[in-house]
Amino acid sequence: MNKLVVSLSPHVHSGDSVQKNMYWVCIALLPALICSFISFGVGAIITTAISVASCVFFEWAINKFMLKNPKCTVSDGSAILTGILLAFNMPSNIQPWIIIVGALFAIGVVKMTFGGLGCNLFNPALAGRAFLLISFPVDMTTWPTPGQGFSTYLDAETGATPLAIMKAAFKSGDPQMLNQLPTFQDMLLGNTGGCLGEVCAAALILGFIILLAKKVITWHIPVSILVTVAVFSGLLNLANPVYANPLAELMSGGLLLGAIFMATDYVTSPMSKNGQIIYGVAIGVLTVIIRAYGAYPEGMSFAILIMNAFVPLINNKFKPKRFGEVPAK
Amino acid sequence: MKKLKSSLTNMLVVLTVITIVAAGVLASVNAVTAPQIEKINADNLAAGIKAVMGSDDIQVSEPWEVDNFTAYDINDKDGNLMGKAVVTTENGFGGPLKVLVGFNTDGDILGYTVLEHQETPGLGAKAGEWFQDKIIGMNPGKNKFTVSKDGGEVDAITASTITSRAFLRAIQNAYDKIIIGLDVSSGASQQASAASMGKPAAIE
Amino acid sequence: MNNFKVLINGIVKENPTFVLLLGMCPTLGTTSSAINGMSMGLATMCVLILSNLIIASIKKLIPDAVRIPSYIVVIASLVTVLQMVIKAYAPDIDKSLGLFIPLIVVNCIILGRAESFAAKNGPIASIFDGIGIGIGFTIALTCLGAVRELLGTGAIFGFTLWGENYGMLMFVLAPGAFLALGYLIVVFNKITKKA
Repeated sequence: MNKLVVSLSPHVHSGDSVQKNMYWVCIALLPALICSFISFGVGAIITTAISVASCVFFEWAINKFMLKNPKCTVSDGSAILTGILLAFNMPSNIQPWIIIVGALFAIGVVKMTFGGLGCNLFNPALAGRAFLLISFPVDMTTWPTPGQGFSTYLDAETGATPLAIMKAAFKSGDPQMLNQLPTFQDMLLGNTGGCLGEVCAAALILGFIILLAKKVITWHIPVSILVTVAVFSGLLNLANPVYANPLAELMSGGLLLGAIFMATDYVTSPMSKNGQIIYGVAIGVLTVIIRAYGAYPEGMSFAILIMNAFVPLINNKFKPKRFGEVPAK
Repeated sequence: MKKLKSSLTNMLVVLTVITIVAAGVLASVNAVTAPQIEKINADNLAAGIKAVMGSDDIQVSEPWEVDNFTAYDINDKDGNLMGKAVVTTENGFGGPLKVLVGFNTDGDILGYTVLEHQETPGLGAKAGEWFQDKIIGMNPGKNKFTVSKDGGEVDAITASTITSRAFLRAIQNAYDKIIIGLDVSSGASQQASAASMGKPAAIE
Repeated sequence: MNNFKVLINGIVKENPTFVLLLGMCPTLGTTSSAINGMSMGLATMCVLILSNLIIASIKKLIPDAVRIPSYIVVIASLVTVLQMVIKAYAPDIDKSLGLFIPLIVVNCIILGRAESFAAKNGPIASIFDGIGIGIGFTIALTCLGAVRELLGTGAIFGFTLWGENYGMLMFVLAPGAFLALGYLIVVFNKITKKA
């Protein structure tokens, strides 16, 4: 009966290419990079540069020497994007060799093993981050504090992130601890500790607007994630004030970065609108659950990776409407 | 020789013979190895107690048990009371964390060793060495015996706060229960006081 | 099939880990270091050789309908004997493998070889099959353990190469075991397909 096969994403059509979309995403990430430079200094730039360079190198080398693929896939920009996103998921004072290992894992294991762009099950940058977080828990959770001048890199002073404060408050059961959270203004402008790309909420929202305006992504996934997190954490906050208020949850950690730039990855997100909304809601719920009850303070990356695994199922259930289809009577 | 038929008698006889032979083999091997295993366990415990008491010249009493704690009274070679060694268990990050800890008569920590754990290798599993230079000489009754994150005086293992908390709680419980004689687990108080009757009085 | 072929068959063509993918529980669980993997492989090999020998010798005496329970009793007794011997005479191995030794009973390689080889062949050939499969399993576990130890802790067989600070912890943990096994199977296929 069911002989129609849903083809692999990305679905490219005229006037719009993978390449063009990838570069627009990179451009949309620029404001966040600039903010990160202002907050964390030159370390932000060095980390991003190393990450991009090694991702591109591994993509090129694996294509050339292992897959022996005559078509060079470096120029499609996906490796550059993976590099930027991977860097955005690390503290700005991380050792260079850890970045290179992360890039090798993201490109070599998560992307190229499955056959390169369009075939990978999981978002390479996020899987790279999860790998690094499990492998180097100390380096990956030592966050520099912002505003130490532009020349700080490996020697940056470190401090707690908003999410770590939330976790500590929940563990101790004392809502007073939440008073240590940075102000909303600081969170909006990126004046708090955290991964280098995630701290400046305003820059990420600007990036979201660019992507929407250029029709690179649709609103479905990001908005469904954000609304779910707001509602769910709002309920928790009402029930017990040791849970941070929803606005703080939305602006802290990798939530905005993940919702706007990583959950929307073409390859690893559902194709139909309904599927995307289900996917977004599930990511939101998982994120809040992991943040509140999990061992790690941040749940966004794990939530997206878990839902990546469900994308084929979601695609199977919610197929995109076929062009010219007549509704069955 | 032809293969035996699957008749009821055949099956019964074969299974019975096999199980009897197996039981015989197991019993004889057990008879040979059991004393050796016991000796190894006793040696390990004795070595552990010597290590945590920081002295080789000690006399160890018969163990006495209160709730989940196993305690040994330790005398020096002249028969003077030196302190106690306590086996204490707490839930760590990956499973039960079993620690042998030695106290002197004031309740100062003389040493400890982790007997069993299921903590993450490279993180919580470092508890065996990590606290050696941190808690020895401390006294859970006098020092703030919690990790610095919770306002205490002990530095937690980097990135393993849960293991560190469990470890310190295990020692704190041993101190409260065995050294001070407090009731750390409610509901077991009667049983505990009954168990400690006729035992050496708690040292203050 | 002569005995030498049986032996090689167990190492290459029917390598229990890389080709048959049997006994994954001890494979993934015990290989956090090369020495652990090797000990587990050797322990399994001991049980396998003895169980193959015993089952091949008594197979005619066992009625078909009760062969599986009989095999399991034989295997479980052997494993328990092994466990007691290790506990008594090799306490260090017991410390690192203790939990997994009893699990050799349910290692499907052992019952699998009893059913598919020892029950059909003579005692001598069965011993060779046990040695071959055992060596194959030991090699696989040692390789996997070495790779995980090297990547996870920067050491190999306990000798530090680049130090624990440069180790990727994930390879000591379960996810790393799956990944390393997957890539080792790739390498194994690459080598054996070429030959």
